[in-house]
Amino acid sequence: MSVLASAPLKDEERNAAAADAVAAFLAEQESKSFLRFLTCGSVDDGKSTLIGRLLYDTKLIFEDQLASLENESKKFGTTGEDIDFALLVDGLESEREQGITIDVAYRFFATSKRKFIVADTPGHEQYTRNMATGASTADLAIVLIDARKGVLPQTRRHSFIASLLGIRHIVVAVNKIDLADYDQAVFERIVGEYRSFAADFGFETVTPIPMSARYGDNVTTRSQNMDWYKGPTLLDHLEDITVDDRVSDLPLRFPVQYVNRPHLDFRGFAGTVASGSVALDDEVVVAKSGKSSRVSRIVTMDGDLEAAQAGQAVTLVLEDEIEVSRGNMLVAPEARPHVADQFEADIVWFDEQPLMPGRSYILRTETDQISANVTALKHKVDVNTFAEEAARHLDLNEVGVINIATQSDLAFDPYAANRSTGAFVLIDRVTNATVGAGMINFALRRADNIHWQALDVNKASRAEAKGQKPAVLWFTGLSGSGKSTVANILEKRLHAKGKHTYTLDGDNVRHGLNRDLGFTAEDRVENIRRVGEVAKLMSDAGLIVLCSFISPFRAERRMVRDMLDAGEMITIWVDTPIEECARRDPKGLYKKAYSGEIKNFTGVDSPFELPERAEIHLKAGDRTPEEMADEIEAWMAERGYI
Amino acid sequence: MNAPLSHLQRLEAESIHIFREVAASFDNPVMLYSVGKDSSVMLHLALKAFYPAPPPFPFLHVDTTWKFREMIEFRDRMAREKGFDLLVHTNEEARADGVGPFTHGSSVHTHLYKTVGLRQALDKYGFDAAFGGARRDEEKSRAKERIFSFRNASHGWDPKNQRPEMWNIYNTRVAKGESIRVFPLSNWTELDIWQYILQEEIPIVPLYFAKARPVVERDGTLIMRDDERMEIAAGEKIEDRMVRFRTLGCYPLTGAIESEADTLEGIVAEMLIARTSERQGRMIDKDEAGSMEKKKREGYF
Repeated sequence: MSVLASAPLKDEERNAAAADAVAAFLAEQESKSFLRFLTCGSVDDGKSTLIGRLLYDTKLIFEDQLASLENESKKFGTTGEDIDFALLVDGLESEREQGITIDVAYRFFATSKRKFIVADTPGHEQYTRNMATGASTADLAIVLIDARKGVLPQTRRHSFIASLLGIRHIVVAVNKIDLADYDQAVFERIVGEYRSFAADFGFETVTPIPMSARYGDNVTTRSQNMDWYKGPTLLDHLEDITVDDRVSDLPLRFPVQYVNRPHLDFRGFAGTVASGSVALDDEVVVAKSGKSSRVSRIVTMDGDLEAAQAGQAVTLVLEDEIEVSRGNMLVAPEARPHVADQFEADIVWFDEQPLMPGRSYILRTETDQISANVTALKHKVDVNTFAEEAARHLDLNEVGVINIATQSDLAFDPYAANRSTGAFVLIDRVTNATVGAGMINFALRRADNIHWQALDVNKASRAEAKGQKPAVLWFTGLSGSGKSTVANILEKRLHAKGKHTYTLDGDNVRHGLNRDLGFTAEDRVENIRRVGEVAKLMSDAGLIVLCSFISPFRAERRMVRDMLDAGEMITIWVDTPIEECARRDPKGLYKKAYSGEIKNFTGVDSPFELPERAEIHLKAGDRTPEEMADEIEAWMAERGYI
Repeated sequence: MNAPLSHLQRLEAESIHIFREVAASFDNPVMLYSVGKDSSVMLHLALKAFYPAPPPFPFLHVDTTWKFREMIEFRDRMAREKGFDLLVHTNEEARADGVGPFTHGSSVHTHLYKTVGLRQALDKYGFDAAFGGARRDEEKSRAKERIFSFRNASHGWDPKNQRPEMWNIYNTRVAKGESIRVFPLSNWTELDIWQYILQEEIPIVPLYFAKARPVVERDGTLIMRDDERMEIAAGEKIEDRMVRFRTLGCYPLTGAIESEADTLEGIVAEMLIARTSERQGRMIDKDEAGSMEKKKREGYF
């Protein structure tokens, strides 16, 4: 930018000269290489200040922005009379007021050699997910360390997450070195500590630079205060580093994003080449079905192409009419991805609601979306010591290793082999929040070797022999609401009619199958999961299964619903007011709960999430259990279950 | 085998990916078409994303009744030539009340016509995703916004609680009444936009090019008198000056800059030596600190 800025043009010559200068400038712009990086580290280590300094020194701050920056520095600044560069990037009101970074900011700048996108990420532990967001698309991380404080827990956490997310290049920016008297010993000690804990993180380069972002030492210009430092300035390093971009050399992966069918004669598969390249007439294989075809056209609005490489968004037309839909991938026949429904993955957890084994989530990759269960939490990682620790759940900002089972096959590569096709996020089914980010390690072989046996005598034939339609009647409601009473009456009536039934009762199951489980949130999830699986087997046997469980959480009720065939789960909400339940108190539990003798009691100090989808809503109030059983029986008869 | 993708190729591919993602995952998306240069680039990218099919969504213009006349002509010409489905919505209550920037001030005007007008249109058609042309380099709060930016059922943005946006995996799930604003140009800069317009020969409103236009200097800003609704105060005079616009909006709220640049090359050359940001010509940002963030929380784009 400064090239032209130094030579303002005169009016008369301007058109011709401008055209030439602009053409030259634009040609130069197009040939520049490109780097995405982030700044991370602990609170107050000077991340935002550093980016402000980079933008300022590379002349990317306009006059009006500078004027408003000077104003705001006076108002909110933390740097006395000087300009507070952090205010350039801390764009949210609450950030400027509190003087902290909450969310990631993306800024753009360019030098004569390179264009940059920088993500300025927050240092507070509670905003770790925003740091991960910035890191997921970066190739290099600048880890800032306050020279006075040295390596802090966030330095470790951020470096670890950067490593998990596949960042291979690190700059250790020992900042505020001015406040440590430009002391080489301080610098060496911090760098030594960093190198020793990050030794196993798989970084290809770790480049330590002593700097003062506030005064500009070693940011874009060499410091006059540190003769002992012989390495590059930060900007020199960012301009020169080679970030090995091998994505084009990997095998072809083309996740199908959108099937384009404007008319009967055109069927194109639109998507972005995630890795490798594809040329006309190449053989490609549909990952999930194994069917193959050849590429007959590579369509773009600018004309058909001969070939397309990683990063290009194109539309492929195949020679044969084969089934391919969104979520599938077209891949190189000689190097196919894994296709499995169980795998192990690293996970970073983003939600206030902890991750629990047994819970069901929506798993989303670039283009695929599948219902998934976390089947095991193998361990979590202590970000201070990097030790693997046994855990029953993962809390906000924790990192762990999990096994996942998906409802149908997923096509993927290990994240270490391919960042595009090895990544996924987990989404909460109820809130739709993005609750975790996952990186696949490997497929679990079980999935490949244990196939569901297709038996000749199946559910339909078994049900037919019994003259009924299998169903799971799921009674949910507070303790003492009358679930078991109603279920018991109903079962007697069904039995009298010659129907084949079985009752799974919360208390009874806990004496046997679930004897090992307590009443923590994790154990409640597992309790319901096992009951769901048993109910599924029984309905497969053709039975009408009656289940009476408080089952207070939507996620668990939904998990059971997902296990069963459509129409098989009948949720019956026994809706008795808590005052009435507490008055009845058949087991004396409410009394104990109110006195604090037992904890996590539904309705008292643990929530009952109202069913959003109950087939039968029994407003208990003043009705007798017999009347309520009547209602269920009528409902079932009407729909042909009995 | 191939040369690495150029900067513009990368940006183009990312935007196309975003367009397709929305078309594949939402029931009822819409593109906000504001007729400016960024909208022109978005239209071009949308055509590319679905070629040979037309974009599978309508285009919505929220008309404040104070846009430059040339913008409206250009808008209608584009809809005809490119054959897209154009919806135009105006906040009729505001129009009936005679709201305008001169009488009610820029805050009230913008809030009623743009923010409320947009909310009305989104509710009326029940759109669950809306493309906007905002870029992160424009303004500080935009630099913080996700590409897929969640809005609650009353269209509000909660900047402190944004969904993490990992890799190029976008969470497109919304409950009934909620929606997502999608910004395919998030990672483009003003320079990229001009460079792309030049490279792809994308048509833009002629107001971007310098020409002698009738302007009035008011509070240090050059306002083009586009119709009789702008009254001339004592001491003010209308002069023909060579001016152009870096951004386009409501004419009373959009400052012109003096310029001789009547070609794209000339505009780019001027831009490279510019010492002020493009939003400087927009009066709505200056009303109060954090002005854009406040508007966005209320449902503005």
